[in-house]
Amino acid sequence: MNIENTQSLNHNTFNSLSNDPVINITNVAKAFAGVPVLQDVSIQLYKGENLVVLGKSGTGKSVLIKCIAGLLRHDKGTIDVFGKDIKTMRSREIDEYRQKLGFLFQSGALYDSMTVKQNLEFPLVRSGKKLSKKEMELKINEVLENVGLPEVINKMPSELSGGMRKRISLARTIIVDPLIMLYDEPTTGLDPVTSDEISTLINDVQMKYKTSSIIITHDIKCALKTANRIVMLHEGMLYREGNVDDFESSTDPMIHSFFH
Amino acid sequence: MKIKKLIPDSKVIPKLRTVTVESITNVGAKTVAKAEATGNFLTDVADVFLFMMLVLRGTFSRKFEFREFLRQCFQIGVKTLPLITITGGIMGLVLTIQSRPVLVDFGAVSMLPGMVAVSLIREMGPVITALICAGKIGSGIGAELGSMKVTEQIDAMEVSSTNPIRFLVVTRVLAATLMIPLLVLYADMFGILASWGGANIKGDVTFSLFIAQAFGAIDFLDLFPAVIKTFFFGAVIGMVGTYKGYHAGRGTESVGKAANSAVVLSSLLVLVVDMIAVQITDMMVL
Repeated sequence: MNIENTQSLNHNTFNSLSNDPVINITNVAKAFAGVPVLQDVSIQLYKGENLVVLGKSGTGKSVLIKCIAGLLRHDKGTIDVFGKDIKTMRSREIDEYRQKLGFLFQSGALYDSMTVKQNLEFPLVRSGKKLSKKEMELKINEVLENVGLPEVINKMPSELSGGMRKRISLARTIIVDPLIMLYDEPTTGLDPVTSDEISTLINDVQMKYKTSSIIITHDIKCALKTANRIVMLHEGMLYREGNVDDFESSTDPMIHSFFH
Repeated sequence: MKIKKLIPDSKVIPKLRTVTVESITNVGAKTVAKAEATGNFLTDVADVFLFMMLVLRGTFSRKFEFREFLRQCFQIGVKTLPLITITGGIMGLVLTIQSRPVLVDFGAVSMLPGMVAVSLIREMGPVITALICAGKIGSGIGAELGSMKVTEQIDAMEVSSTNPIRFLVVTRVLAATLMIPLLVLYADMFGILASWGGANIKGDVTFSLFIAQAFGAIDFLDLFPAVIKTFFFGAVIGMVGTYKGYHAGRGTESVGKAANSAVVLSSLLVLVVDMIAVQITDMMVL
């Protein structure tokens, strides 16, 4: 994959993809200490699409994907993944589900005490794939090439810049060939050039690994570049759903303030 | 807003006239606050209990993280050795230098090696070493896990189908439980060596005589309970450090709080465990 050669916008590439829902979120609600964060949210993620979830800070976007990853338990509603509600999954089923899941955390969440190589080995060893040492090395080199950072393999996370950490974190999530990718604010805290590179990488991952992705962001440039479809959350509720053109041409003041 | 008098001219319950809705509301708020505080305390106790159960279950799990356990043994054991060497040396030296004049006055200077050895092995070695370890290891574990929590590394581990309790907590608790007794024995040995050095500052005693007298004074009931209690010291330090780190809040401030409370609570619990151990040993001797 070459970052420089990738197309500028992604929203015209989805028409050839399947319409099977991979994740089906129905009437999900979540509250913390009685304060509602998500209320009656229903969203579907279709196979092969990049779904961008937009919204102001504090509207429950991160809580939503943490519920999808099973890191938080939703109070009401269902989150069906591959046809099964994650709330009813046993711990072994959750583990199997997570082996098909990639999660790019807002902070990168690289393990500070491990080198880049050890960070990449960590999910690979636990993915259930029985790979030889040589196969693992090949895989590590492949994902590092894909994110454009083969030279940092023996560095510690503290020696990397913010953008590099995000890329290595992305490499760590794609190393297990996930079917679903969850991106939590992938461009937050990065300069515009690096943000653009990360957005390009998200599209590259979608094309190369055929992933279905949910991208949580309030970065409109990232949303425009990566989205096949957009949903907007406001005060914990689903505010609007549509494609990029719908949102760009909307006269709704809330959406307008985001896009212009 | 005043409540109307229920019995206008009653002298039996005159205070009813001054009862206001605000005062009733205040009483209600205080009661609710107290109930909440009690509820929070009970929730905390339940949390600690649940955490201990998870650690226990993880300890006997088939998916034991052996490599991480060995890494933690190295971190806790080997990397604490310089500190324990200095601590053990100072304990032996100070005890000898302070005790010698008194023993000379009573003409009992020959009892110095035995007295130092018994003091170090029964009480000073285990407790001071454990307190030093609570400071270094407890705070280290608390801060490490706290920062992992804040930077979402624990969540990332969970998403990688790895049980963080098994990987992060069980390995550290077991490593602390196993390494602290070894560190205590090392501190005892180094303390006795330093004591010999201290005895030779103003006196003249051969190494073989000093060691023979020191070990001659120690019996099974000096060594056995002292070693057993150090396993509990290690478990307490590991458990408190991991619990505080694992349950740190979301901000960076909570990392400092986790490290601080890990040191304070584990030091306190080391002393409590020591007190219980002394009582049990006392009953065994009688």
